[in-house]
Amino acid sequence: MRTDDLIDTLAADLAPRRPVVSALGTAGAVGLAATVALFLVGWGLRPDIVAMTDSPRFLAKPLLGAMLAIGALGLCVRLAHPGAPVRGWVVVLAAAPVAALSFVALELAALPAEAWAPALLGDNSLLCLVSIPALALPMLLALLSGMRRGAPVRPALAGAVAGLAAAGVAAALYALCCTDDSPLFVATWYTLAAGIVSAVGAIAGRRYLRW
Amino acid sequence: MTNPVETHWSSLMRAASRGDEGAYRRLLTELAPAVRAKAARYGLSGADVEDAVQETLLAIHVKRGTWREDEPIRPWVFAIAGYKIVDQMRRRYRHAAVDISDFTEILPAEAEADPTTTSDMDRVVARLTGRAGEIVRAIGMEGVSVTEASQRFGMSEGAVRVALHRGLRKLADLRASMVT
Repeated sequence: MRTDDLIDTLAADLAPRRPVVSALGTAGAVGLAATVALFLVGWGLRPDIVAMTDSPRFLAKPLLGAMLAIGALGLCVRLAHPGAPVRGWVVVLAAAPVAALSFVALELAALPAEAWAPALLGDNSLLCLVSIPALALPMLLALLSGMRRGAPVRPALAGAVAGLAAAGVAAALYALCCTDDSPLFVATWYTLAAGIVSAVGAIAGRRYLRW
Repeated sequence: MTNPVETHWSSLMRAASRGDEGAYRRLLTELAPAVRAKAARYGLSGADVEDAVQETLLAIHVKRGTWREDEPIRPWVFAIAGYKIVDQMRRRYRHAAVDISDFTEILPAEAEADPTTTSDMDRVVARLTGRAGEIVRAIGMEGVSVTEASQRFGMSEGAVRVALHRGLRKLADLRASMVT
């Protein structure tokens, strides 16, 4: 095919295009609804949640999840647009681990050294490692399907960041059910769980986000 | 932002989003040599350059919803071009052929091939099935207009455009699936 002929062919197919942001927004909303529904059906709020609303340790958990989700979602949108600047959203995303480390430092200062290990190990680390990836799955699938409409020039990275966004949403929800409130626990097990979801996202992205 | 090429290309693309076919054709025609130069800088040669150019133009077309009117257009174009050029290089190294430069003395010269034609793209276009494939081949290879195609296939012009759209999407997917 001659390039000029291809150009004529493409010009004959010129029709208005819906911006990809709206496809991503729809996909994100569907995924969020599915993940929230899954949480309410399968997990539910912890019974003492009302009493916990003045505990900074408890409040830090959904806050960290939300920070991770917002930063990663913003970065996802940028990664779906070729050539779009990403630095601003990388900074927003980096705020989540920085905040988590600050909470860890405060906790280490507040607790005597012999209480560190029990706080880190908690009661339900395995449940956390299973719950966050399970809750993240619908959100991750929705985000990946939304990003397929975009054009990520780094598919594996885009999938990994979609995984972080899904893990952030899942963590913010699971935090409302989980009774391990120490930042030492959260920084260890929540991070590990987010890493699992992100790795799954990277593998899926490498495979399904090519275009 | 004040770069004249940037302003020119983005105004053509804005006109294209409002349905101006002429502006769109002019934009793609101007993008082709820019992408060709980039492909050559990456070390592609011969028909691979034109394959990368055509694949980039096709991707720009299919993914034009990923350009936002308030963003600069050149980084968008060259990010897509870079992605597609690397794809073409992957395909090439996978099917690494014998380097013919050692035999240039004894090989007959190729009959004046048009340098803006492709090999890989043609193979994929040939694989398109059904009415969509026939329409892409008629319009893309034979240079038939949408009106002529609608007469030849006994379809409305709208139906031809729908089939063309489907065929081009399929073409882009097939090309992308050739890299793994």
